[in-house]
Amino acid sequence: MPLDNAPDSKRKYNVVGTRPLRPDGIDKVTGRAKFGADATAPGQLVGRILRSPHAHAKIRSIDTSKAEKLAGVKAVITRDDFPDHTDGDSGLYDTMYNIMAREKALYEGHAVAAVAATTPAIARQALKLIKVDYEVLPHVTDVDDAMKSNAPVLNNKMFTDGVDPKPKKASNVARRFEFGHGDVEAGFKRADIIVERSFKTEATHQGYIEPHAALASMSPDGSAELWCCTQGHYMVRDVCARILGIDISRLRVTQSEIGGGFGGKTTVFIEPVALALSRKANRPVKVVMTRDEVFKATGPTSATSMDIKIGVTKDGLITAADGTFRYTGGPFAGCSPAEFGAMSAFAQFHLDNVRAIGYDVLCNRPKTISYRAPGAPMANFAVESVIEELAHKLGMAPIDFRIKNAAREGTRSSYGPVYGQIGLGATLEAAKNHPHFKAPLGPNQGRGMAAGFWFNFGGQSCVSLNIPIDGTITVSVGSPDIGGSRASMCMMVAEELGIGYDQVRAIIADTSSLGHNDVTDGSRTTFATGMACILAARDAIKKLCARAAATWGIPEDAVTWEKGYAKPAGANAGNFQPLSLKEIAAASPGTGGPIAGHHEYSADGAGVSFATHICDIEIDQETGASKIVRYTVIQDAGKAVHPSYVEGQFQGGAVQGIGWALNEEYIYGKDGRLQNAGFLDYRIPVCSDLPMIDTMILEIPNPGHPYGVRGVGETSIVPPLAAIANAVAAATGVRFTQLPMSPPRILKGIEDAKASGAKKAA
Amino acid sequence: MAKVIVWGSLKPHTGGKTTVEIEARNVQELLARLGETYPGLQNQIKRGVSVSIDGLIYREGWLEPLKPDSEVFLLPRMQGG
Repeated sequence: MPLDNAPDSKRKYNVVGTRPLRPDGIDKVTGRAKFGADATAPGQLVGRILRSPHAHAKIRSIDTSKAEKLAGVKAVITRDDFPDHTDGDSGLYDTMYNIMAREKALYEGHAVAAVAATTPAIARQALKLIKVDYEVLPHVTDVDDAMKSNAPVLNNKMFTDGVDPKPKKASNVARRFEFGHGDVEAGFKRADIIVERSFKTEATHQGYIEPHAALASMSPDGSAELWCCTQGHYMVRDVCARILGIDISRLRVTQSEIGGGFGGKTTVFIEPVALALSRKANRPVKVVMTRDEVFKATGPTSATSMDIKIGVTKDGLITAADGTFRYTGGPFAGCSPAEFGAMSAFAQFHLDNVRAIGYDVLCNRPKTISYRAPGAPMANFAVESVIEELAHKLGMAPIDFRIKNAAREGTRSSYGPVYGQIGLGATLEAAKNHPHFKAPLGPNQGRGMAAGFWFNFGGQSCVSLNIPIDGTITVSVGSPDIGGSRASMCMMVAEELGIGYDQVRAIIADTSSLGHNDVTDGSRTTFATGMACILAARDAIKKLCARAAATWGIPEDAVTWEKGYAKPAGANAGNFQPLSLKEIAAASPGTGGPIAGHHEYSADGAGVSFATHICDIEIDQETGASKIVRYTVIQDAGKAVHPSYVEGQFQGGAVQGIGWALNEEYIYGKDGRLQNAGFLDYRIPVCSDLPMIDTMILEIPNPGHPYGVRGVGETSIVPPLAAIANAVAAATGVRFTQLPMSPPRILKGIEDAKASGAKKAA
Repeated sequence: MAKVIVWGSLKPHTGGKTTVEIEARNVQELLARLGETYPGLQNQIKRGVSVSIDGLIYREGWLEPLKPDSEVFLLPRMQGG
């Protein structure tokens, strides 16, 4: 439920809004922090996974007999070790199919067997002794090819959902979504100018530095422990328990420090495999992915193909917007974020006539997993590229065109609901007035901009707050800290209790120590878990006041809490010396025992988020090489709890977007195999590639949070693709409609334009 | 009665209508009655939906009360990274 107390705009904060040192900093820079692969257990075995070399193949049989006989091998598992406990839950069945192939291998790198052995060498040798009899099938990796009527069909029981009448022929199109309102055709009739273009983007990986790692220990009595790096250890517990057919309460999952997730660690890959190996070997088993496995077998985002058509009057008012968004989901239905691409594509505009159609398409690629604002960056690239082109055709400054058509309070969003108070207009005005926008450009440089949107959500959180006898505070949360949330949690608790940040420490509790917490995703943690922290602190304050009241012999409601002290609420309550948190804590053994605050919550009211980005790029006209020379992120954070972390989120999203726009891509050979499964060939930006990303935090309070907080983790990856494409177009005179805009593609675009003697799309 | 708006591709399951009216006190009742009235929607409801009530998105919120004149949008279940 949403909190009913809207933020007090006049509130003065003591801790929130400051920039204290991060609590995990020293451990991380000194190497003391324990990441997934750092977990160890006595007698642990090495787990290794055999993966399909084929993009699409029927598995006729798997012979593990030779591997099982190899000295040092303690367990070999295949599909036969995962009986179907999914009870008709198709999503869970697909997750199980993804972690261990069943009838078919559906992409190169799909797990087909696994071993547990005493050494890595023996494990590798055992994998070679497993004989898999494959019947290689035709494959398809391109989204447009996968939608053709003659494409190899991955699932012959797949009949497109959302089409009337439902097709009788199986296809790779799992679902069709349609959003919008008004009459698009009528809107286009009123338009003076229409721009219509098609776009393609390649799949990119979340690119976290830490590969997946899991250590599993399962006892013969069926109880189990698991240590792993994940964005949601409660999700890991629930999914693994259901796949393995054990009670959820018998599996205890502890989350390690995490070396990046960005949405890619919101599901399971090796965790059920490690547990199944441990169950069979009766020994702890550790599985750590190689980088090659991370690229081939964990989730990239979708590759896409999109058509956009937007019409405007000569005065610069958009009359209609129409888009079709085709997204790859890997081999299973419901995995692509096509619906969120379609829903978010036009969300930054005030539109009377809008239609967005999304297609979720199967292909022989790894199962698509969320990546920061899933589905939105690609759609935004396409739409904001057309917006920029329309502005030029109108002879209007692109910023003024966007301001004129911007969504505002009362706008019916392109996905349906009417907006409340939103910050898009403020980010656009701030961009227009930013020094970056007026700075001169050098030779071969171009400037672009884009505005983007993301939904944000809340979800379930559970927090415990313990006050030991010295009055310091331990906050137990169940949301993995992937972006500095521990600091934010401590700050909000300190703010409520009226004490210093250094008096509060936060830990990430394991799944048996605290109630359920949803995955850290959807930009939810500072908003939702933070709100649970605030309410747990208020619960503790109530108990602290009760102890003071009992000590003074006055009613509980005659005590108030101010700046870390219990005080009589007024003159009628009596004349008592205020009691500090430390005094009440020290007396607690004799006044009723331990003092703790708790809150369990399902938070809603997260509030949508908007950002505007400005990018300057320089293009080497002879090589096509590009360099970002200046970049500015302007985003509404509602209220920045720890501004440095907020800025870090803005910068991180921008950098990932820069990589997506300029270099990152999954490259498939004709054989359906990934050609660049490593950071040497899959080029993510490094510090030397980038300028310092400038940031501007706007604070337009979210009425759904007592401090006005909005999630900030995802929106910042939405505008960069388009902002950079618009900057490249300005620098080269060529409109690029395919990502990445790598040097060869830019050079070809420049040369083609020269050859044709005209500016054109590339 | 709450006005419920479904996204375009669910129209085949609601007799071609994007807007239907449902008498319900809260989200849980609304989803149950939607499923009863339009059985074709049950798959999607089971797969997961979020709702927007008068402009505010709820991912869980089954017990969230509805006013008689509430505008409710059925949305795909929110996901994030």
